[in-house]
Amino acid sequence: MFGDLSYLELQQYWWFLISLLGALLVFLMFVQGGQTLLPVLGKTKDEKTILVNALGRKWEFTFTTLVTFGGAFFASFPLFYSTSFGGAYWVWMIILFAFIIQAISYEFRSRPNNVYGPKTYEVFLFINGLIGTIFIGTAVATFFTGSNFSVNEYNQSKWDTVYHGLELTLNPHNLVLGLTVFFLARVLAIQYFMNAIDHDAILKRAHKHLLINGILFVVLFLTFTIWLMLRDGFAVNPDTKEVFMEPYKYFNNLIEMPLVGVGFLLGVILVLYGMVSSYIKPSTKGIWFSGPGTVLTVLMLFLLAGYNNTSFYPSVTSLQSSLTIENASSSHFTLTAMSYVSLMIPFVMAYIWYAWKAVNNRKIDQDEIESDDLHVY
Amino acid sequence: MLESFDLSLVNWSRAQFALTAMYHWIFVPLTLGLSFILAFMETKYVKTGDPEWKRITKFWMKLFGINFAIGVATGIILEFEFGTNWSNYSWFVGDIFGAPLAIEGIMAFFLESTFIAVMFFGWNKVSKKAHLISTWLVAVGANLSAVWILVANAWMQDPRGMKFNPDTARNEMVNFWDVFLSPSAVTKFLHTTTSGFVLASVFVVGVSAWFLIKRREILFAKRSMVVASTFGIVSSVMLIVTGDSSAREMAAIQPMKFAAMEALYDGQTNAPLIAIGILGYPEENPSGGETKENFRIKIEIPNALSYMAFLKADAFVPGIKDLVLGNEKHGIMSYKEKIKRGYHAQQTLIQYKKAKKENADDLPMLRAKFEDQEWIDNYFNYFGYGSYYDPDPTILEKNAFKIVPPISLSFYSFHIMVILGGHFLLLFMVVLWLLFKNKLANNKIILWTAVWTIPFAYIASEAGWVVAEVGRQPWVVQDLMTTAMAVSQIDTMSVMITFWLFAFTFTALLVAEIKIMTKQIKTGPTKQGGKQ
Repeated sequence: MFGDLSYLELQQYWWFLISLLGALLVFLMFVQGGQTLLPVLGKTKDEKTILVNALGRKWEFTFTTLVTFGGAFFASFPLFYSTSFGGAYWVWMIILFAFIIQAISYEFRSRPNNVYGPKTYEVFLFINGLIGTIFIGTAVATFFTGSNFSVNEYNQSKWDTVYHGLELTLNPHNLVLGLTVFFLARVLAIQYFMNAIDHDAILKRAHKHLLINGILFVVLFLTFTIWLMLRDGFAVNPDTKEVFMEPYKYFNNLIEMPLVGVGFLLGVILVLYGMVSSYIKPSTKGIWFSGPGTVLTVLMLFLLAGYNNTSFYPSVTSLQSSLTIENASSSHFTLTAMSYVSLMIPFVMAYIWYAWKAVNNRKIDQDEIESDDLHVY
Repeated sequence: MLESFDLSLVNWSRAQFALTAMYHWIFVPLTLGLSFILAFMETKYVKTGDPEWKRITKFWMKLFGINFAIGVATGIILEFEFGTNWSNYSWFVGDIFGAPLAIEGIMAFFLESTFIAVMFFGWNKVSKKAHLISTWLVAVGANLSAVWILVANAWMQDPRGMKFNPDTARNEMVNFWDVFLSPSAVTKFLHTTTSGFVLASVFVVGVSAWFLIKRREILFAKRSMVVASTFGIVSSVMLIVTGDSSAREMAAIQPMKFAAMEALYDGQTNAPLIAIGILGYPEENPSGGETKENFRIKIEIPNALSYMAFLKADAFVPGIKDLVLGNEKHGIMSYKEKIKRGYHAQQTLIQYKKAKKENADDLPMLRAKFEDQEWIDNYFNYFGYGSYYDPDPTILEKNAFKIVPPISLSFYSFHIMVILGGHFLLLFMVVLWLLFKNKLANNKIILWTAVWTIPFAYIASEAGWVVAEVGRQPWVVQDLMTTAMAVSQIDTMSVMITFWLFAFTFTALLVAEIKIMTKQIKTGPTKQGGKQ
């Protein structure tokens, strides 16, 4: 079945899967957004416990998606893995560090004798929410703005600045996407809370915070998108494989790939509709629009970066070192083998769906955190 | 590719990897084994309907959760560290190595994390049966993730199923099943996971023994011990069997590691196995390498090493000297020769790249070499050795001795691992016997031994990691790539900072984990039906 596909088709298929994983990751970062809202939405100990428990049964999905995103990127586009991770060392180390301190915080926070006190673990969760979203957003923005690296004839890479990626966070266009992701994560978290929690005081505060976070998100998102449409992009000559700067490249991509353009617009509309409707008439439904909308929008953004003869990981210091889905991918054989593995993905999604429903089939309220159910964070 | 290497960068990168891997490996074995123990206990609960079994399951599940969280925290670093610190490695073998990591995520991590949510939060939300299935799926998921990372690791020790492509300058997979089902991968998986089962069994037996010493929760402790010591005996037997086949594979594919493990300098037929030994200072030969080990104490089992390696009491087991200097009689090529051949392969690649750039006439001839199986066997398969080349023959000779792993570390780790493994099996048998005789609760010596065996299970487990990973140095991919060739080109200072950052963070988290864990153990299982 996959054996008949051409090399390029497999590369495109895998770029689609990577994009999908990236999109799911951004959606699932509502957990991170929620962690930054703990201090403002939870005033009493019980309120905090409710919020932490609402997120606590979901954080592993985000975490696992991040790990799988890394593994899948390695398997399908190893040159990206070796160039970006080994080069933008500090960006990735900071992101990883933020996830290390998240992983223990839920479990350790409310346990007796936890040495550093519950407050410390709440600070860990906050740091993870802040850094996780902003840095991952910044890193994704470099797919459009470029980085500083060069790759030699043996495909060994070298980063061209001594800051090893930290310089990328000072690029305003990157930072705008970082902050967009941060506020998006908070908006999604608020809508998730509205869906999963039954507690008046929390929901009231959440509703109030939806407005300011929503507005900031929209402003930042529009700034990023308009800027993206106007800037020169990293195009690839399909015949010579030479990389060159093309004016309005990403806008052209939207027009030349109408399905991507329509998907992008639809995604944005869904996100906005979810947000606005949740604000005007608070209900549990908002997340059902904003969530899939986020996945769709981010998916299309990734496709803009990789499809239609575009370099998905461009270098500004050595333009011809830029990575494309063609020059960075695994071999034909490995992509084929991995494609068979990818057939498991729908099955994985199905059981996640089942488990999610099973665990969230009743709302989290005061009774729930007092129940004798084994695990209360 | 062949520039001179910054040794301090290589060593700090190694230190960071060792730190993160060894920290991760403190928590993983307990997850691997305890997940099955939980599944056994809950099965018992569902079958008998006895609420005491539910209480037992829930207690161990709580400890499982605490341990699991920190295992996850230390694990995420490893997934990315191949890229951040071993960037050249990631490219050189990423076409093969990346796949298992991706499959691990898609197939195992999601299974594990999804059903952990049901296992922890679902007691009152899903049916008894669905909950039990979830607990089993957590165990399966945890152990499946071990499959894939160990397939990847085994491939580094025993690379196969691939071919080098000079155009991309990397190894490319040509046979998935050769990678997945290589004998080293199968053995490594079985040996490593069963070691986790044994560690978890020691943990459960030890903690339960503490309850018996304190005369608390007698029924709970005895039942836990029956499950754990039975599981421990079965696992220990499997551990010994797989350890044995692992030694045999190692003798064939990594003879240097095998020799280092036994500190065997001079090869011999009817080689004895050193059961217990203490090393003295080795003698150095004029060219700089160590050539003879002086044992202060050793107790040998005659012929056992030959038998272990080749199933023949009179088989020749090559020593470190035979491997470095070569041994014509037994058909062993010297490292000097391998270095020369590897150097030739590296030079051929450089010439090919040059010819390609200039579109030179010899391009097709050079390209054809990489397709020629005979050339691959005779030259390319020693590719990594080329990094030790020097035009000066005396320096080259000296360099050959650098391709020897740290001997005493390998030797002691191996022997500590084996001796402790025997101790665990004995402990499980004695505990189970006394339980059936109903004499355990009063036997303080055995109970305290069980408690104090817990730290030794961790020592044995880490020693196993050291044997596998230190014993294969300097290779990151056996014979093809040295650790030094694999490293990312970053400044040493950055790696030093992240090393200390992780060392500090992991230690701080470990302290919290141990404190929380001991507190939970002291609190004991929940009262029937009450709040925890």
